Amino acid sequence: MVRVQHSGVAAVVTGALFLFAGASAARADSTITIATVNNGDMVVMQKLSSEFEKQHPDIHLRWVVLEENVLRQRVTTDIATKAGQFDILTIGNYEVPIWAKQGWLAAMDNLPASYDVDDLLKPVRAGLTYDGKLYGLPFYGESAMTYYRTDLFQKAGIKMPEAPTYDQIRGFADKITDKANKIYGMCLRGKPGWGENMAYVTSLVNAEGGQWFNMQWKPMIDSPPWHKAISFYDDILKADGPPGATSNGFNENLALFSSGHCGMWIDATVAGGMLYDKKQSTVADKVGFAPMPTGAFPGAPTWLWSWNLAIPASSKQQDAARTFVTWATSKEYIQLVAKTNGWVSVPPGTRVSTYENADYQKAAPFAGFVRKAIEVANPNGQTQRPRPYQGAQFVAIPEFQGIGTQVGQTIAGTLTGQTTVDQALKAAQSATERTMHQAGYPKN
Amino acid sequence: MRETPMQRLLSFILGWGTALLLFFPIAWMVLTSFKSERDATSPNLFFTPSLDSYHEVFARADYLSFALNSVVISVGGTVVALLFAIPAAYAMAFHPTRRTRGTLLWMLSTKMLPPVGVLVPIYLLFRTAGLLDTRSGLVAIYALMNLPIVVWMLFTFYKEVPNEILEAGRMDGAKTAGEVWFLLLPLTLPGVASTGLLSLILCWNEAFWSLNLTSAGAAPLTAFIASFSSPEGLFFAKLSAASTMAVAPILVFGWFSQRQLVQGLTFGAVK
Repeated sequence: MVRVQHSGVAAVVTGALFLFAGASAARADSTITIATVNNGDMVVMQKLSSEFEKQHPDIHLRWVVLEENVLRQRVTTDIATKAGQFDILTIGNYEVPIWAKQGWLAAMDNLPASYDVDDLLKPVRAGLTYDGKLYGLPFYGESAMTYYRTDLFQKAGIKMPEAPTYDQIRGFADKITDKANKIYGMCLRGKPGWGENMAYVTSLVNAEGGQWFNMQWKPMIDSPPWHKAISFYDDILKADGPPGATSNGFNENLALFSSGHCGMWIDATVAGGMLYDKKQSTVADKVGFAPMPTGAFPGAPTWLWSWNLAIPASSKQQDAARTFVTWATSKEYIQLVAKTNGWVSVPPGTRVSTYENADYQKAAPFAGFVRKAIEVANPNGQTQRPRPYQGAQFVAIPEFQGIGTQVGQTIAGTLTGQTTVDQALKAAQSATERTMHQAGYPKN
Repeated sequence: MRETPMQRLLSFILGWGTALLLFFPIAWMVLTSFKSERDATSPNLFFTPSLDSYHEVFARADYLSFALNSVVISVGGTVVALLFAIPAAYAMAFHPTRRTRGTLLWMLSTKMLPPVGVLVPIYLLFRTAGLLDTRSGLVAIYALMNLPIVVWMLFTFYKEVPNEILEAGRMDGAKTAGEVWFLLLPLTLPGVASTGLLSLILCWNEAFWSLNLTSAGAAPLTAFIASFSSPEGLFFAKLSAASTMAVAPILVFGWFSQRQLVQGLTFGAVK
């Protein structure tokens, strides 16, 4: 009897010791969950993160990779309910200031001096700052530019100017279109969505001197600059665009251009690396590039997007998360990518030092253009008339996802011939007025 | 009544036509998974097949852990649903009350609400109960999700069984559990099996809850597929490879069990 009791006590003690050991091990080690999108640079980061785990054996990483829109919804639910499932989020420069304002993100202060925060490209950094504090660190950044086929231009006897205007672009598109051979002079995003067709349309409207809202938050869609912009968009895609343009987003146009069906394409700078890659593109040696065309108002906000790593305020492992975020956006990380995958694969658009590197300039001939495009993107600048909001190819207010997508659908309707430009803009104007009214604008 | 050659030809064309039409998207997906990203969006039937996409998919994600989650969650959800549905359907089929019909219809009506409508409440419940990103959480949600359909199907199968057989069992001294276990289940086995199979397939393919309630630990194959869709860059070949690998187990499973499935679904239809 006594023996039994003894062994019972021994079992309890051993069990407790095990529990204790388990608990202290759990305290020392932390596991952080990273929510991210599936794009080339993020995939590289996931692969190279084993280096990070080697350097920090006490931090373990778990990855959740989702499609952009699914990720946005998933992460928003989690943050809004303060569930704390994620320790690091991959979010755009659209979300960072909005979420920071809600108190959802942890500020990125006390960064180590070696991080060299002043090395971050200024416009990118400005997009992640709210109330004087950084709320996300940029992983990669992009603006937009014009891609064109040098062989088709040569054949037509035309030359792309150094700073093209939209009028010139229209003329070029007509000249190189050869529908019999399935060559379309101009490919543009037509798929409805605030981050799809409306990204380009917003930039185009800005270039023609238009804007989304005036200083009283009244929608300005039914206005001459919008008419000019949308008529251009509608005309050029109908005359020189590929069939079924309303189903083309970034990826579809990328596929069209790389298989030789587009004469010109105006889109995100990130496409440069893909079009130059012989494994992905049949026209790798025939791609030329130029800045985004300008319209009636030169200097208008053009295009600036960055994917950033941010830490939700609900994360219970903020220190470990911060260690990872500073590693993945550091100069050393860029060096690491260059060493393992070559300079052409380093994440672009974040640091001055990347663009000043001679090896990078040699490996990526479009690097200079990208840097310049980012520097003139002017996301916090003014449209021709003053505006109360920020953002280049979007409007940095929470309501814009809904509004942008709705207006995007209306504008796609002009391409399919369902409505005229006039009707579409009137409908978009009244729908936006209604939404803004319901959302309680103008806010003071 | 013998079929005329014309009728035979017609049913041949109709049958094969429908089958090919339904199978075409899957065949196309499998085909695309062997293409390179560059060819993936072109409708070409002739290309040099390669396993590159599969290699890449395997290198980037741990397929087996996702697949294991899928198996555990689908089987778990189905078993739990059957455990609740068998007694419920038994009670409703053999001991109906005035409210049975209403209860059945009410159960079905819960399927009419789009799941996203209750996302936030469920998410909060899961958070409080510590069920987020756990297999048991998904088993519970899948069991609840399929319960109305499982009860309905079992109910229709049980209705076919004459009450007299069960009465005879009772005369011989069978208790309720014995009645269900020794009489009802053997008699309706094809029906129960096909109900289970259908529930399994529904669980396997469910993509809303599995994406929203898991992150890294309990994510099933639907999350694995979702991770290969991309906002920027070509991904169709890799996505097709991932999807092919995700549907392969259930496709093979369906192939082997199709006799039971068809038998069960048409059970009692012709009498």
